[in-house]
Amino acid sequence: MAETVNGVAFFLLAFASIGGAVMMLSTRNVVHAALWLLETMLATAGLYLLLDAEFLALVQALVYAGAVSVLVLFTIMLTLRRREDAVRPFEPGWGALALAALFGGAMLLAISRAPLPVGVMPESVPTMADFGRVLFTEWAVPFEIASLVLLVALVGAVWWSGGDRR
Amino acid sequence: MTIGAPAGAAQFMALSAVLFSLGLYGALSRKSAVMVLMSLELMANAVNLNLVSLSRFTDPAAMTGQYFAVFSMVVSAAEIGLGLALVLAIYRQKKTIELEAMEELKG
Repeated sequence: MAETVNGVAFFLLAFASIGGAVMMLSTRNVVHAALWLLETMLATAGLYLLLDAEFLALVQALVYAGAVSVLVLFTIMLTLRRREDAVRPFEPGWGALALAALFGGAMLLAISRAPLPVGVMPESVPTMADFGRVLFTEWAVPFEIASLVLLVALVGAVWWSGGDRR
Repeated sequence: MTIGAPAGAAQFMALSAVLFSLGLYGALSRKSAVMVLMSLELMANAVNLNLVSLSRFTDPAAMTGQYFAVFSMVVSAAEIGLGLALVLAIYRQKKTIELEAMEELKG
């Protein structure tokens, strides 16, 4: 028994995510760029749903679309002195563009030649309960380390961005 | 790829490569520290998509790629939090977040 990823849904979500990324890089307003990044993240959450990764889709929507974009928007607003500062000069960066295009071209060439699994994928989709059970048994130690990393990052962020008392 | 045909691992990897390249371009070309951090998030996002899709198409029962993606999300969330805190700290000192203003270590 096997199933496939709906091609139309994939095409729409891929278009949404790539379009969001392109708009994020082409818009000159930083606030608009943050909102386009949010759109890309939401499209990626939809792609996770297509891949039967419900928990990851949820985490993606909560962490990236929720927390990270709010953090980015707050930083943008706190570091702008005037409203007009949000609009930035046009900065094409031709060298960076050439490098990224070269990298992407090489990657796409490698992908087109590699013997990858085709559209039919194995079934046997574990549920979110299985995901949690394995996460807290087999992956318990990495999970604890990850929470420690988050704690340290939180304390460090508060320390760095704290007031002018020091 | 014809539109409407079932998407396979190659399509997901191609999408992820395109997203990663766009993030790479942004991270290398932008002059605002916040834009560079946003491009880094885009790259991390592409990597996560790659992990999840390959895990789904090869061994979905083990879900290894999903766990890797969870830990990668933790690291990138920590990175963006620390990065933005650092941006705020630099802004308080220099009153700007342009990368061109940070050249103390320039030889």
